Amino acid sequence: MAAEPAAAASGGIAGEMEVEAYRRLFPLAFLERHLAESVRPDARRLSEARPTTVGIGVVSSAHGSALVRLGETAMLASIKLEVMSPPAESPDEGSVAVEFHMPPICSPLVRPGRPAVAAPVISKALEDVLVSSGMLNLKELCLISGKASWLAYLDIYCLNADGSLFDAALFSSVAAFKHLEIPLVSVGDDGRVFTVGGIEGKTKFELVNREKRKLTLGNIPYSLTCALHKDSVLADPNSEEESIIETSVTIVVDSSDRLVSVQKLGGAVASMGTIKECISLAKERRRMLLEILTGSFETTEVDQTE
Amino acid sequence: MVETGRADGRNPNQLRPFSCTRNPLNRAHGSARWSQGDTVVLAAVYGPKPGTRKGENPEKASIEVVWKPKTGQIGRQEKEYEMTLKRTLQNICLLTVHPNTTTSIVLQVVDDDGSTLQLTSFVSAAVAISCGVMENGAVILDTSKAEEKQQLKSFADLVFPNSCKSVGLKEPKQKDEQIERGLITSITHGVMSEDDYFNCIERGLAASSRISEFMRNTMQKDASEAA
Repeated sequence: MAAEPAAAASGGIAGEMEVEAYRRLFPLAFLERHLAESVRPDARRLSEARPTTVGIGVVSSAHGSALVRLGETAMLASIKLEVMSPPAESPDEGSVAVEFHMPPICSPLVRPGRPAVAAPVISKALEDVLVSSGMLNLKELCLISGKASWLAYLDIYCLNADGSLFDAALFSSVAAFKHLEIPLVSVGDDGRVFTVGGIEGKTKFELVNREKRKLTLGNIPYSLTCALHKDSVLADPNSEEESIIETSVTIVVDSSDRLVSVQKLGGAVASMGTIKECISLAKERRRMLLEILTGSFETTEVDQTE
Repeated sequence: MVETGRADGRNPNQLRPFSCTRNPLNRAHGSARWSQGDTVVLAAVYGPKPGTRKGENPEKASIEVVWKPKTGQIGRQEKEYEMTLKRTLQNICLLTVHPNTTTSIVLQVVDDDGSTLQLTSFVSAAVAISCGVMENGAVILDTSKAEEKQQLKSFADLVFPNSCKSVGLKEPKQKDEQIERGLITSITHGVMSEDDYFNCIERGLAASSRISEFMRNTMQKDASEAA
């Protein structure tokens, strides 16, 4: 950014000042001057989300994986399946274990001894949304009723934290589940289930599941986080905006217009009108995300050989 | 979805009875013990203590919330509650009055029968400064744990602000103005339609005025005793 002279802040510092210095010293005033012109410091409109891309199958050793970039925010979701015996209450269902990690690589605020405050909160919210949305049918993760089922370990790693972490994490989880290929298994002589690989394996062993299967995803949830500042609603805030504006609401909608989740953890009071606006922004965003998701799967299917 | 006969015989809009004990702990700078039905929470406030933790803004007071569940280890649910309460209090309290200090609020769940977050939002606001009201709405209000776990398809934890933001308790009670009441916190569990959600908010708002009434009465009694 070129150093242009900017007008003085109301704090009384007269004269010219570099834009970057103004941005650091008076972050709120800097943001508000942009909002007065209905624009944001990164030149986005208020209701505009950042460019989003998703890459499928980025981790070849995982059974399902996806890398999502939401502006500068990068999330890697990977799923590994393990055979386990199902609990007595649900003998024909598998299970999913969700873990959200914020390693120190993602942000200068995270240190090895100082874990991010947001990480367990996002982890819990992710698990709740994935379970309650009805996207996953746990019965599809069953192998042999009562004896063996799949436990899917979903790990989401934040590679770069630049705001809207939950949105990116949810989108990458959805993409990873869509990409997930359940490996072929067979039962050994000792009764243990083991995975079978390759074409040779297909013919040699008695397979429990016929072909490598994909999960059928029910109502897929899509999320949008909005930062609320006085009367402005900023969709998809980056980390700079999130640090200035402490109030935000995350809306998760599914494809049948139902509200999967409305999370607003404290902060300033938001009027009903604002919440309604956020919900309609989330619905628009859902359309865009659906396009991006199906688009990325179409391109990868063309490349894959069976 | 609408349960006409609730397990404890309440009608859909009925809240469980409230009670409170002021200052049960004499070592804490402030404390309160509130109960709503079978949910009981004990809150203690310590502070302001000098210095802020690393990463917090030294020009403002910082608030630290510690949530202790009744049983079990501190997990993700507790962290979510801590973050919610911290953000709620940060917006309620005037942070510039005591810059570079830390005020700690410790919440101990003594008994959990649902609606603990609401009760603690209420409790910590009563102990810290003023004006925080909580409510809970599904199609029924103020759900108990049994209802949350089994019967409801979805429910929402909602926190609304009090209509009157005055801290001056010696002033006569102000008439409730017709200002649009907003939402401080919303945590939903389960999928619900948009209409259901706004229905919950409306019912919650209506009932929250009863709670804010109770709170105002309690604090006025407190202030007159102290005077």
